[in-house]
Amino acid sequence: MHPILKLVVQRIALGLLLLLAVSAVIFLGVEALPGDTAQAILGQSATPQALENLREKLGLNDPPLTRYFAWLGGVLTGDLGTSLTNGVDIAQAIGQRLGNTLFLAGCAAVIAVPLAILLGLIAARHAGRWPDKLISGITLTTISLPEFVAAYFVIFLFTQLIPIFQPVAMVFPGMSFWAKLHAVALPVIVLVLVVLAHMMRMTRAAILNVMQSAYIETAELKGLSPMTVIWRHAFPNAIAPVVSVVMLNLAYLVVGVVVVEVVFGYNALGQYLVDHVTKRDLPVVQAVGLIFAAVYIFLNMLADIIGILANPRLRHPK
Amino acid sequence: MAEPLLQIRGLVIEATSYPPGEPPREVTLVHGVDLTLERGRVLGLIGESGAGKSTIGLSAMAYGRGGVRLTGGTIHLNGREIRLADARTLRALRGREVTYVSQSAAASFNPARQIMEQVIETCLNHGLCGKAEAEARAVGLFRKLGLPNPETIGLRYPHQVSGGQLQRCMTAMALCPKPDLVIFDEPTTALDVTTQIDVLAAIKEAIRDTGVAALYITHDLAVVAQVADEIMVLRHGRMVELGETGQIIHAPREDYTRALVSVRGLEHEEKPPAPPVLQVQNLTARYRGTNFDVLKNVSVELPAGQTLAVVGESGSGKSTLARAITGLLPPSQGRITFAGRQLSADLAGRTKDDLREIQMIYQMADTAMNPRQTVGTIIGRPLEFYFGLRGAERDRRVQELLDQIEMGKGFAQRYPAELSGGQKQRVCIARALAAKPRLIICDEVTSALDPLVADGILKLLLALQAEAGVAYLFITHDLATVKAISDKIAVMFKGAVVRYGQKSDVLTPPFDDYTDLLLSSVPEMEQGWLEQVIAHRKMESAGN
Amino acid sequence: MRIPLSALIGLILTGTFLFVAIFAQWIAPYPISDSSGGQWEGMSARHWLGTDTIGRDILSRLIYGAQITIFVALASSLLAFSLGAFFGFLAAVKGGWIDQLLSRMVDLMMAIPSLIVALVMLSVLPLNLTVLILVIGVLDSTRVFRLSRAVAADIAVMDFVEAARLRGEKGGWVIFREILPNALSPLVAEFGLRFIFAVLFISTLSFLGLGIQPPLADWGGMVKENKDGLIYGKSAALLPAAAIAALAISVNLVADWILTRTSSLKGGRGG
Repeated sequence: MHPILKLVVQRIALGLLLLLAVSAVIFLGVEALPGDTAQAILGQSATPQALENLREKLGLNDPPLTRYFAWLGGVLTGDLGTSLTNGVDIAQAIGQRLGNTLFLAGCAAVIAVPLAILLGLIAARHAGRWPDKLISGITLTTISLPEFVAAYFVIFLFTQLIPIFQPVAMVFPGMSFWAKLHAVALPVIVLVLVVLAHMMRMTRAAILNVMQSAYIETAELKGLSPMTVIWRHAFPNAIAPVVSVVMLNLAYLVVGVVVVEVVFGYNALGQYLVDHVTKRDLPVVQAVGLIFAAVYIFLNMLADIIGILANPRLRHPK
Repeated sequence: MAEPLLQIRGLVIEATSYPPGEPPREVTLVHGVDLTLERGRVLGLIGESGAGKSTIGLSAMAYGRGGVRLTGGTIHLNGREIRLADARTLRALRGREVTYVSQSAAASFNPARQIMEQVIETCLNHGLCGKAEAEARAVGLFRKLGLPNPETIGLRYPHQVSGGQLQRCMTAMALCPKPDLVIFDEPTTALDVTTQIDVLAAIKEAIRDTGVAALYITHDLAVVAQVADEIMVLRHGRMVELGETGQIIHAPREDYTRALVSVRGLEHEEKPPAPPVLQVQNLTARYRGTNFDVLKNVSVELPAGQTLAVVGESGSGKSTLARAITGLLPPSQGRITFAGRQLSADLAGRTKDDLREIQMIYQMADTAMNPRQTVGTIIGRPLEFYFGLRGAERDRRVQELLDQIEMGKGFAQRYPAELSGGQKQRVCIARALAAKPRLIICDEVTSALDPLVADGILKLLLALQAEAGVAYLFITHDLATVKAISDKIAVMFKGAVVRYGQKSDVLTPPFDDYTDLLLSSVPEMEQGWLEQVIAHRKMESAGN
Repeated sequence: MRIPLSALIGLILTGTFLFVAIFAQWIAPYPISDSSGGQWEGMSARHWLGTDTIGRDILSRLIYGAQITIFVALASSLLAFSLGAFFGFLAAVKGGWIDQLLSRMVDLMMAIPSLIVALVMLSVLPLNLTVLILVIGVLDSTRVFRLSRAVAADIAVMDFVEAARLRGEKGGWVIFREILPNALSPLVAEFGLRFIFAVLFISTLSFLGLGIQPPLADWGGMVKENKDGLIYGKSAALLPAAAIAALAISVNLVADWILTRTSSLKGGRGG
C-alpha cells in the first residue's frame, strides 16, 4: 500500500475510534455525574414508588454498560430513542432540524471562507502596514464578542437603525429558496462576523509563515514577479495550512450555530438541544450532542487528511 | 579599458534592530565598502560573523534580506546603477545577469516542486530559451557537477536527494541561465568535510568551464583559497585587506588577516601514554524504538589529565558515545570504568561523586545556560550542590572561577543574553570546572564559534588542563581542532571506531581508507591543494 | 520599559472593571433587586443608564453583574490554570505512560466542542455557582494543559535542563528553577486568554438560561432579560452586551502585548 494511503486510513480509523470514545463519554460520563433522570422528570415531590416505576420503565435499573451498548446499537441503526418529555421519536424530530442547521451553517461558510482567505491574503501581503493593522484591530474586536452579543448588535443595527430585516428567522418546509435566504440573512451575518476573525487571523499566520521561507527568497532572486512568486511557490505550500485553518473554523462554526439559533428563534438543531437541556431531557441531549460531536470530529479529520495529501514529502516518498 | 562587471563604491547598508524590551534602533551593517569585479574573475569575501559579507554579496543583486536597506553609495552592474533601480529593472537582472547559491539548498528549494522545474524556471521566465533547450542545459550541468543519474535526477523532489547533491542542484540552478555573475554564499559550510571537497571541486570546475564571474562568500580561508583569484577580508562591515589570493595567505599585510591565516596553526605536543581514568569497553547502544546500533562495540581509553579526541562526520555516533558515557543513553552492552570503579549504565544509578567528576560542555552555549539565571547562579549552583558552599564563600569561589576563565569582575550579575558567544562558552567551562571534575566531555564546543574565538577557547582549555589535571573527551568533526588539542585520537565512522591510538600514530600513514579520505579532505591553506587531491584520487581510483 | 498605547488602555480598563467588581456594594446606587422604576425607562438623573424590563436600575445591575461575572470567570480560569498547568508540566517532565494517559484524555475532551460538553453535563447537574465554576474550569483546563505541556516539553529538551539532570538535580529544582521561569511569560498571556474564554462562556450559558440563576445578576443573563426590548427599540440589552465586549477586549489587549513581548525575546539570527 502507498504510504500516504496508509496514513489516511490510519487517520480515518483514529477518527472513528475517537467518535466511539466520545459516544461513551456522552453516555457513560453523564451517568457518572450526580443527578437522577427519574427525579428530573418527575420533580422533587415524586413518591419513591413512582420513581421506582419510572426507573423500571426506562430500563434505568440495568447496568450502565448494557444500556450503553443498547443505545449505541440504536444509534447505528438510526434509532435514537424517544424524548422523555413528549415521547416523540428523536430521529424524526432531528431530521428536518438538522437540514435547517446545515443550511444556516452552509450559507455562513460560503460567505466567510472566501472572505477570510481574501482578507488574510491582504493582511499578509501588507504585514505590519496599515491595511494589516486595520484588519487585525477589527478582528481582535470581533474575536472578543460572544455570538449572542454580536447578534444583538447586528439586530439593533438592521432592525432599528436601518430597518431592513426581521429580528426572527423563521423557515418552514415549502418555503422558496430565496425566501429562506432572506429569512436567514441576519443569523448568517452574525455567524460570518464571529467565524471570520479566527479564520482570517489563522490564514494570515499560515501565509506569512510560508512567505518567510528561504525558497520564497530564492524565487524572488530569480527575478520572478510577485504574482508568480505567490502563485507558483507560496500557494502550493500554503494550501495545506490554509485548508486546515478553514476546516477547524468550520468546526467552530458548528458550535456558534447553537447560540445564534436561540437568538433568532431559528427552528433547528441548536435550539432543539438548548430547549431539552433546560427540560433535562437526557436522551435528546445525548443524541444531539453526539451529532454535533460527529460533525466536529469529521471536519477535524478532513483537515488532517488534506494536510497529509498536500505534503510533498508524504506524496513522493524517498 | 572595458567596464568592470560589478563596481561598488562607498556602499552603506543599514537595518533596524529590535532589541527586546527596548525601542527599535538603527544599526549600520556596512560602512562604505568599495569592490570591483572583472568579468570571469572570482572574488572571495571572507570574515567572521557580523562582518557583513553576505549582506555585501546580496547587494550585487540590489537585494536586502529581511528589512536590510542599501542606503548609500553606488552599485554598477554591467555599467548601470542598480542600487536605486525600480522593481521592474531589478526583476529583469535578477536570475538573468546575477544568480545566487545559498548555504542551505535544502531550505532554498521549494519542497512542493520537482527539481528540474525549479532549475529551468529562470530560463523560461526570462524567455532565455525554450523548455527543451533549458532541460538539455540542466542535464548537462547535472553531469558536469557530478550528480548521479543526471538524466533523471531532475524528476525528483528536493527531499528525495541528499544535502550535498541538492547543493550541486542549486549550483546548476544558478548556472542554467548563463549569468554573468554568481554569488556563492557559504555553499559548502553546512556539508560534511568529505562531501564538501566534492561539491567544492564541482563548483570550481563549473566556474572555470563556464567562465562566469563569482563572489564567493565564506568564513573559511582555506576553502576560499581554492576557488578565488582575489580575496577581500571584511570585519564589522569594513574592508580590512584586499589582495591576490597568494598574497593574502602567504604575505598578509594586516594584523587581523595574519590572525585569520595563523588560526589553524595551534599545535599541541602529545603527552606520553599513562594509566587511564576512563575505560570504555565494547560499548554497543541504540536509541529506543529503533532497530539499529548507533554505537558498535566501541572501546577506548583516556589517560588522566590527557585529551582523547573523538572525530567523525555527522551520523558517526561520536555524540552518542558522549551520551552513553554520561548515562543519558544506557548502552545495551559493554561497560564503562571510571577512576577504577564501574559506572552504572543508567543516570539514576550513579552516585553524586560519579556525576560531579564527569562534567559536560555543549556545542551551543546559548541553550546550555538557563537564560533566566545570572552567571553567578549558573557557576555557583554546582558549588552549592556538590560542596554546600553558600553566601560570601560561594561568591568568592565564583569570582575565582571567573578569573580562571579570564573574565573580570562584574560578570556574576549578568545574564547570558548580555554575553558574546565566546564569553558564553567560557561561562560553561567555568560551570564544569566548579565541580572539580576529573573528566570533562566537550561536545563540539568550538564548532559554533568564529575561528579566532574558537582559538581562544582551545588555548584556555589547554591551560586549564595543565593547571587542574582534568582529562577531556573532545568530540569534534574538525581535524584542525583535533591536531590542536589531542593526545589520543579515535576516528569514528558509522558507529564504530575505525582507527584509534596516540595522536602521532593515528595521523601517520599508512591509513585505512576512511581515515585517508577524511584527512585528505580537510582543506589546506594552499592554492592548488584542491586540484592535487582530486588528481591524486583520480589516479588512485584508476589504479584500482 | 515602554508600554504601547493599546496595552495601556487595556490595563486601565481592566483595572477599572476589577475595581468596580470588588467594591460593587459601595458603588451601586440601588440594591440589586430594587424595582422602583418603570419598565425600560430611558436615561435620567435618577437612573443614569435607564431601567430594565421590570424597572430595576441598569447601572446598579451592571455593577453587581461585573462582580458576579468576574468572580465566576476568575475562579474558573484559576481552576483551569492550576489543573492544566500542573498536569501539563507533569506530562512534559515525566513523559512515558503518564504523558500518554493525560494527553489522550485531553484529546478526547477536546474532540467535542466545549459548549456541547457543557450543555450535556448541565442537563444532569444542578445549576449553581460551584457546578458552573467546576464545569468551565475543567473544560478550559484542557487548553492550558496543551499549552503548558508544549512549552515545558520545548524547554525540557534544552541543554541547560539536561545539564541540570546530569548534575544530579532533583525534579523540584528542574521544574521550579529551570523550566518554570522560562515558561512564565507565555503562561501569563495564556491566563488572560483563558479568563476571556471564561467570561464569554459564562455569559453565553447565562444567556441560554443555563448559567447564573436569578436573583443574582450577571451580564449574560441581563441580555436575556432585556432582549425583547430591542424589538420596541429599547436598547437596554445592548448595555450588558457592550460590557462583556469591553471587558474581553481590554483583557485581550493586555494579553496580546504580553505575547508579543514574549516572542520578541527569542531574538533574530546574526549574519
